[in-house]
Amino acid sequence: MSDDDFTVIRSQVKDFVRKQVVPRELEIMDTDAIPEDLRAKVRDMGLFGYAIPQEFGGLGLNLVQDVELAMELGYTSLALRSMFGTNNGIAGQVLVGFGTDEQKQQWLGRLASGEVVASFALTEPGAGSNPAGLRTKAVRDGEDWVLNGDKRWITNAPLADLFVTFARTRPADGSGAGIAVFLVPADTPGVSVGVKDRKMGQEGAWTSDVTFTDVRVPASAIIGGSEDVGYRAALTSLARGRVHIAALSVGAAQRALDESVAFAAASTQGGTPIGSFQLVQAMLADMQAGVMAGRALARDAAAMWVSGEDRRIAPSVAKLFCTEMVGKVADLAVQIHGGTGYMREVPVERIYREVRLLRLYEGTSEIQRLIIGGGLVKAAQQGR
Amino acid sequence: MNIVVLVKQVPDTWAERKLDATDKTLDRASVDVVMNEIDEYAVEEALRIQADQGGEVTIVSMAPDRGVETIRKALSMGADKAVHLSDPALHGSDAVQTSYALAKVLGTLEYDLVIAGSEATDSRMAIMTPLLAERLGQPQLSGARKVTVDGGTVRIERQTDNGYDVVEASTPAIVSVVEKINEPRYPSFKGIMAAKKKPLTTLTLADAGIEADRVGLASAPSQVVEFSNKPPRQAGQIVKDEGDGGVKVAEYLASQKLV
Repeated sequence: MSDDDFTVIRSQVKDFVRKQVVPRELEIMDTDAIPEDLRAKVRDMGLFGYAIPQEFGGLGLNLVQDVELAMELGYTSLALRSMFGTNNGIAGQVLVGFGTDEQKQQWLGRLASGEVVASFALTEPGAGSNPAGLRTKAVRDGEDWVLNGDKRWITNAPLADLFVTFARTRPADGSGAGIAVFLVPADTPGVSVGVKDRKMGQEGAWTSDVTFTDVRVPASAIIGGSEDVGYRAALTSLARGRVHIAALSVGAAQRALDESVAFAAASTQGGTPIGSFQLVQAMLADMQAGVMAGRALARDAAAMWVSGEDRRIAPSVAKLFCTEMVGKVADLAVQIHGGTGYMREVPVERIYREVRLLRLYEGTSEIQRLIIGGGLVKAAQQGR
Repeated sequence: MNIVVLVKQVPDTWAERKLDATDKTLDRASVDVVMNEIDEYAVEEALRIQADQGGEVTIVSMAPDRGVETIRKALSMGADKAVHLSDPALHGSDAVQTSYALAKVLGTLEYDLVIAGSEATDSRMAIMTPLLAERLGQPQLSGARKVTVDGGTVRIERQTDNGYDVVEASTPAIVSVVEKINEPRYPSFKGIMAAKKKPLTTLTLADAGIEADRVGLASAPSQVVEFSNKPPRQAGQIVKDEGDGGVKVAEYLASQKLV
């Protein structure tokens, strides 16, 4: 994608978010759904496939471009991004990076057009950020594989047509982690999607449990044709997604800041705009510093991903810093709004709840610290 | 059904719009520019008619070189090709001269309909389509909130204060549209990438057979003699309601001869 074309696309996404989605945030929150007309516009524009290669019908944005879009998408209800986030991100990228040509041909075009919604089915009751603890089992039966296990909090599961499902084919051993990924169509017998989870925030983005009971898939369903690709696919896809989430956090923080500045400039106490108070100005300053630092870091981490310089530590650094940053910024935004900020119809109240998830999913802040600290020490020990 | 859509590049509606102090023309260089908003509705309407009736949609725009951005947007929405009239000698042309130049460009094209937005957000004159109709000797249907095409007849609903009038004409005809007519699409990302590959013809005055002394600032029939900034808003008068607020407001309105 050329810079010229991308500039136009980014500016259009910004326009769409601010003119079409922002005015409907309350509707999304109240109905717990993205309105069908917005969904159709998103699909027609091509947002379901922005990170899927052009040869498969997507736009093929690289991660540097991806983060610019993510910053725009973070500016409104995060459910909007979530709707097409799994197709472009964690689920789609497993296919892009590890699928066989036949698997890519079969699925990526439909993912890019939005005809198929894919979910990333990794998390289990006993295995969150670390895929090594996976208990869902895949057992070979003739040419087929039979899957059994429980997945939890699977984003887009109630809408999904395809589950990109992680399962253990054997205990980890010297030859590999024993984790494979299977392409499981949602209508395969034995796949059962639970009721929608009731969450703290992110209304309109649906998650639920998914249970696999004697689910039989053919040998062609195993990603990359390999029993051992799963662990690496999960880690790679998650690492890339972390940079994206960092950028999403920056977008949400920017919105919280913009709302707070506007509120501080207009709202008065005793006839004085609260923005005249230095303690309020100090909060705005801390927010602005956080947003700018986060933006620079997300862009830097994306550039290092694209160049190949760092695909392990930098994504975790960006996710850790930016998601913690937006947590603080959202908290300050509510503080600046005072009692108003505790009211449901105020954007910062929604943001405060929505961004809490960003520190939890796709690797908690604690996991990011382990990856960063462990990675640094390991590199030193290896003399690098 | 071949349709020409006229689009104009204008300063962003939200930007501060200024006149150039040296020649008193619109300062286009220092502001962000966009497609005149109503023109997006015109493009959308053309594309809808095309989807129903077939044919080609051609974008025509008279603008400096930078106007190509606006033309590309129209192409990314789905128009087939474009003609860009761009010549330094056009600088400062007023509405009457512009209509002459655009009529010359339209004369080089074969069309059944010309569709345009009813007015531009910069000049707000809303006279381009009547001027063109007069020059081309073709019927004009203005202020359309709905357009239907049936063979060689085009019929519109013209918005009025009390409802609408139905007006029809035979093609070729010139139609101007208002915002009520549709909701313009967002270009698809693929459309954006494809727009650059669509045919775009750039014409100079000579290419379009436009006589140089009939366009441009020096020969413009209307001249900007003088301009000044809008005076700052005066502080309002505050009426304190002591049980007689309504009376005081009514007295104020009467004193201003508003009631």
